Amino acid sequence: MKPRTLFEKVWDRHVIDQEEGKPATLYIDLHLVHEVTSPQAFEGLRLNGRKVRRPDLTVATMDHNVPTTNRNLPITDETSAKQMNTLAKNCKEFGIRLYDLDDPGQGIVHVIGPELGLTLPGKTIVCGDSHTSTHGAFGALAFGIGTSEVEHVLATQCLQQLKPQTMEVHVKGTLSPGVTAKDVILAIISEIGTDGATGTVIEYTGEAIRNMSMEERMTVCNMSIEAGARAGMVAPDETTFRYLENRTFVPKGEAFEQAKQLWRQLQTDEGASYDKRVVLDASNIAPQVTWGTSPGMGSAVTDRVPDPDSFQSDAERKSARRALEYMGLKPGTPMSEIPVDRVFIGSCTNSRLEDLRMAAQVVKHRKVAPGVRAMVVPGSQEVKKQAEAEGLHEIFLHAGFEWRESGCSMCLAMNDDVLSEGERCASTSNRNFEGRQGRGGRTHLVSPMMAAAAAVHGHFVDIRNWTFKD
Amino acid sequence: MEAFTQHTGKIVPLDRANVDTDQIIPKQFLKRVERTGFGQYLFYNWRFDTQGNPDPDFELNQEKYADGSILLSGANFGCGSSREHAPWALLDYGFRVVIAPSFADIFYNNCFKNGILPIRLPEETVNTLFQRVAQEITHTLTVDLEANKMEDHNGFSAEFKVEPYRRYCLLNGLDDIAVTLQKADKISSYEKNLPSYYQVQEKQNL
Ligand code: SF4
Repeated sequence: MKPRTLFEKVWDRHVIDQEEGKPATLYIDLHLVHEVTSPQAFEGLRLNGRKVRRPDLTVATMDHNVPTTNRNLPITDETSAKQMNTLAKNCKEFGIRLYDLDDPGQGIVHVIGPELGLTLPGKTIVCGDSHTSTHGAFGALAFGIGTSEVEHVLATQCLQQLKPQTMEVHVKGTLSPGVTAKDVILAIISEIGTDGATGTVIEYTGEAIRNMSMEERMTVCNMSIEAGARAGMVAPDETTFRYLENRTFVPKGEAFEQAKQLWRQLQTDEGASYDKRVVLDASNIAPQVTWGTSPGMGSAVTDRVPDPDSFQSDAERKSARRALEYMGLKPGTPMSEIPVDRVFIGSCTNSRLEDLRMAAQVVKHRKVAPGVRAMVVPGSQEVKKQAEAEGLHEIFLHAGFEWRESGCSMCLAMNDDVLSEGERCASTSNRNFEGRQGRGGRTHLVSPMMAAAAAVHGHFVDIRNWTFKD
Repeated sequence: MEAFTQHTGKIVPLDRANVDTDQIIPKQFLKRVERTGFGQYLFYNWRFDTQGNPDPDFELNQEKYADGSILLSGANFGCGSSREHAPWALLDYGFRVVIAPSFADIFYNNCFKNGILPIRLPEETVNTLFQRVAQEITHTLTVDLEANKMEDHNGFSAEFKVEPYRRYCLLNGLDDIAVTLQKADKISSYEKNLPSYYQVQEKQNL
């Protein structure tokens, strides 16, 4: 048999029909649903008298709109409340398991999937959300879809899909202390560009990826979409299995052993080839800070804000000029001299327990700089509970951070957590688009440790020089 | 979905790269539970200032580009989130065609589900079009999906390619859910081999 990549193995196993010159009919093992991209899909089902084919393979949660302040208070934003109620009503009507606002399993859809063990190697997973790529960290084929496709999956448990191309991103060597998965993916995007992986599914390989925890692999896969990829994947290994063991929906005992046998086969065969390939050296990656309005506009914290004239193409020069104007930055400014007003630690990129541990380590026995407003928004209620059990919340609260309930929060600012015009934010989220965190708001993407350090100093600092206080 | 065969309309030039879905339809407008009514919020933060007054410099607000239905833009159009609200807003505003050197995958795919034709053209051709629009040589284009061709009334023409199945669906305004539903037997037989632990409902009380 022809050697195949990890992606091809998962793809081939799920094609239930393939006619010449047409997209494949791909079976979907897990469909995740949230309140923003689903109402019109359910409405479509009703209008056409269709049912949900497999409610037992469908899971819903509320995350984008939810308030991250006291959950016992009524929701003041009427339209948000309407969207949440609509989801609850739809789930009830169609028999779908919903992790409701007051459910201990509630959280950002891409945080709770892995946490509950719904995300498993070899599954096909979709959600009406581009960061579905996160789940690829387990060797699943996971990608974001639009609302029409949400309706398609609800009705048929399948999708019509053209086969994407493949790309290998190989990260060799080892990372320096203080350099994290977030810095790796930001460096990759700066290197290949925001459309560098368009039309492909990325497989991340190499020593640096192998050495990462599941949380870190999720951070990397999460931002595959920011490089233009449909999905990102990492082949499952013992790290994956250790993470999965004993989680709610993971098979137990003998069944787990059997499943592992199958999962171990999910490796790219020797001699299989990718359509594209890039190699990065982990030891060259420094902590990253973005300076512009696209995730590819980033540089090392030791660098300076670039001069738009230094870019190759006309389009790039124009974009850079526009970005600097929006960001209120002058070319040549050292990244470490950029002051911040706000710090946001959260989002499906960096709101898992390990992220919070790293940030807490940095702020331990320190204070948030005067004039800076900083908040931590755990990715899920479970993350919040565990962090509190470890006392992380006390470290944050003591330092002057706000400690919130779980949700997407200021990653896209659909709830009340918003930047005001001109405010500058060090954010662990994934998008620095104009207005993403609030109209006129200026977002710098960084790792949790870099965000925490910026909170303490009121400007960016190179975390590699940090003195940790124990 | 409305079929797309041929369309003639005015071009609106938006000479920016990486136009993301947060710009096409800012998140504060994603809270509607209907598919319609998003056009008024299209490019909201560019079209209106914080008081809600139109910015006269923004292309969509210029008299000469009023009633445009063909959007011309820079590379990587539609990057960012999967929100189908982006094509809904474009369609509701009146756009049926978007021309750019490249598109983000999910947005590109979403267009076809809504009767919008996204056309990839080489960067040089897109630049030529931008120049012709700026010099007022080209005002309108006729885009013919059956012939895979577009032209203006002043000697510009270009061919384009659309992947055959997508083209077929768009030409016929096809509901692809109905197509997949016809494969029910194949789906059912595939489902017999699904691992039982994939099922969520039974275990929810664990
Ligand atoms: S945290 Fe941000 S990127 Fe992630 S799902 Fe929520 S809104 Fe999307």
